[in-house]
Amino acid sequence: MQQPDVRGYFGEFGGRFVPEVLIDALDRLTVEMTAAFGDPSFWREYDEVLRDFVGRPSPLYRAERYGDAARVPLLLKREDTNHTGAHKINNTVGQALLARRMGKKRLIAETGAGQHGVATATVGAKFGFPVDVYMGAVDVERQALNVYIMKVLGATVHPVTGGTQTLKDATNEAFRVWAAEVEEAFYVIGSVVGAHPYPYMVREFQKVIGVESRRECLERYGRLPTDVIACVGGGSNAMGIFAGFVDDPQVRLWGVEAAGEGVDSGKTAAALGAGRVGVLHGSRSYLLQNAHGQVQDTHSISAGLDYPGVGPEHAFLKESGRATYVPVTDAQALDAFFEFARAEGIIPAVESAHAIAFAKQLAAERGPDDLILVNLSGRGDKDIAQVRAMTGDA
Amino acid sequence: MLEAIFDRARDAHRTAFIPYVMAGDPDLETTAAILTALTDAGADAIELGIPYGDPLADGPTIAAAAQRALARNVTVRDVLDLVERHKADAGAPIVLFTYFNPIYQYGLERFAHDASDAGASAVIVPDIALEEGEELSAVLAEHGLDMPLLVAPSTTPERAARIASQSSGFIYVVSRLGVTGAGTQPSTEALREKIRVLRATTEKPLAVGFGVSDAEHVRAVARLADGIIVGSALIDAYAGADGDDAAARVRRFVEPLIAAADFSAP
Repeated sequence: MQQPDVRGYFGEFGGRFVPEVLIDALDRLTVEMTAAFGDPSFWREYDEVLRDFVGRPSPLYRAERYGDAARVPLLLKREDTNHTGAHKINNTVGQALLARRMGKKRLIAETGAGQHGVATATVGAKFGFPVDVYMGAVDVERQALNVYIMKVLGATVHPVTGGTQTLKDATNEAFRVWAAEVEEAFYVIGSVVGAHPYPYMVREFQKVIGVESRRECLERYGRLPTDVIACVGGGSNAMGIFAGFVDDPQVRLWGVEAAGEGVDSGKTAAALGAGRVGVLHGSRSYLLQNAHGQVQDTHSISAGLDYPGVGPEHAFLKESGRATYVPVTDAQALDAFFEFARAEGIIPAVESAHAIAFAKQLAAERGPDDLILVNLSGRGDKDIAQVRAMTGDA
Repeated sequence: MLEAIFDRARDAHRTAFIPYVMAGDPDLETTAAILTALTDAGADAIELGIPYGDPLADGPTIAAAAQRALARNVTVRDVLDLVERHKADAGAPIVLFTYFNPIYQYGLERFAHDASDAGASAVIVPDIALEEGEELSAVLAEHGLDMPLLVAPSTTPERAARIASQSSGFIYVVSRLGVTGAGTQPSTEALREKIRVLRATTEKPLAVGFGVSDAEHVRAVARLADGIIVGSALIDAYAGADGDDAAARVRRFVEPLIAAADFSAP
C-alpha cells in the first residue's frame, strides 16, 4: 500500500496547497497522527468504538437476485448497516479520538448531503465536543432532515452563502474558520481530500472496510474477489475498500464516478473522467474546471458525489493504472436504486447505487468463477424524499 | 526590484502604503480608473487581485469582489492586459495576487513571461507556502518577478526564518489568524513580537496585512513595519460604485491612510 512521501504526495498528486496560517496545524496534526498510528492503545480504542458504537464488523452479504447475481457471485460490504447509516462514521470516530488526544476543544466539519455532518455531530455528542458544521445554503434547503438531525445531536449548522452554496463552498468556509481558530478547533474532513495528511489519514480510518472485506472473503469463500467496486466522489469509501486489496495485483479495482447527465454533458461530477489536473482544497488532483482554472459547477443526482475534485490517491491509482474509473449516469443509478431495492430488500444510498449499477454491467462480462465485491457505502433512507419527488410518485 | 519602494518610503519617513483591489470588480474599466486614482494618491505599490471563485485565504469582502469580477468572466489574460495599460500610463508598481490554480492552468512559465511582459513587479500566491513554492518562485525569478511569501501568527520562529530567506520583494506579515477582512483589529503586541523575531533573521522589508482598515491601525502599524497592505476595507469603500465615482471614493478613502503612514508625524 502506497504511503505518501514526506511532502504528502502520491506520485505527483497531493501536497499542501493551503495558506501559511494552516501549515503549523497540519504539521502538528501529522506528528500526532503518526504517533497515534504507532500506538496500539489508540487502535484498540478505535476498534472498541467501532465494535460497540458503530456496530462493526459490518456484514458481507451475498446478493442472490439482483442483476446477474444468480450466475456471477456478487458480494456486498454492508456499510449501510453502520450506526448513522454509512461509512462516514469510521472516519469521524478516528478523527474525534485524535482530536481528543491533541486536546482540541471543538470540532468543525464541512458537509454536502449532510452525512458527514451527521457523522461528525454524532461523535461530537459521544465524545463531548461542541460541533460546528458548515453546509452550503442550497444544501441546507435540500437536506432539511439531516440539518435537523445534526441539531438534535447538539451540533450547530452554519449555512454558507458564498459561491455556489454547495459542498465546495462549505469546504472553503470550513478552511477559513479553521484558519481563524486553528489552536482550539480540529477540522474533521469528510473524505480523502484536503491537504496532507488528510487524504492519507482518512484512508487509514476507512481502511477497516477493506481489511474486514478481505479477511471475510478469504474465510467464507476461500479466495479473493476478482473485482472490487466502489463509488467515488471525494473517494473515501472507495479508498477504504481498495486499501484491503491494492497489494493483491490480481484483484481489479473499479471506481465509479457520478457522470450526472453524461461525462461530456457539462452536467457531471466525474472529476477523473472529465477533469484536468488542478489544485483545490489543498491538494493537486483531478478537478472539474474551466479553461481559466475556475472550478466548475458540478451536477449529480447524488449529493454525496456532487464534488468537483477527487482524492489525490485516486488520481495516483488512475495514472498508475492500478484502478480503473468508470462513469455511471443519474438515470443508470436511479434504475439500479429501484432494481436493487426490489431484488434484495436493501435500499441503497443513491451514491452506492452508482457502484451497484456498474456491478451489473461488469457481471455481464464475468462468469461463475469470478467474485464481484461492491462497497454498499450507505443506506438510502436519506434519499427517499428526493427519489420520490424525481419520479413523481405521490 | 520591489524592495526599492520600501527604501524610497523610508527615506520619506513613511511606511510604504500598498492598497489591494480586485481586478474586474465591478468591471475592468473601473479597476483601471481606481489604479490611476491610487497612483495619483501616492500608493507605493498596488496589489491587484486576479479573481478566483474559491479563495481559501479571503474573507467575505474579497470573495464577493471576486464573484462580481467572475460574473463578467474576467480572466488572467484580462488582468495582465490591465496591468500593461496601467504601466504604460506610468502607474504604481503592481503586485499580482492570485490563487495557484488559475496560473497553474495558464501555465507557470507562460504566466511568468506574460506577467513580466505586462510590467508586473511581483506575484503573491496565498495558497502556496514554502514547501510548494520552490518551482514557482524560481520560474518567477527567471522573469524578474518577486514572490513575497506570507508569515502567519501561527508560523514557528524557525519556519519564519526559512520563509524570510526564501521570500523576495518583501515579507508579507499576516497580522492575525484567519482570513482577509476588516473586523477584528490585529493585536499590536503579538505583531510587535513577530516583527522583532523577523528583524533578527532578515533585512528584507516587512509589510503587514489582514485586518488593517483605518487610519488608527495604519498609524499603529507604521511604527513597526516597512509596509502596510489594506484590502477589504478599501473594497468596502467603493462597494456599489463604478467608474469615476468608484475612483473618487477610493481616493477619499486612501488619502487619510497614506497621511497616517507618515511615521514622522506627531
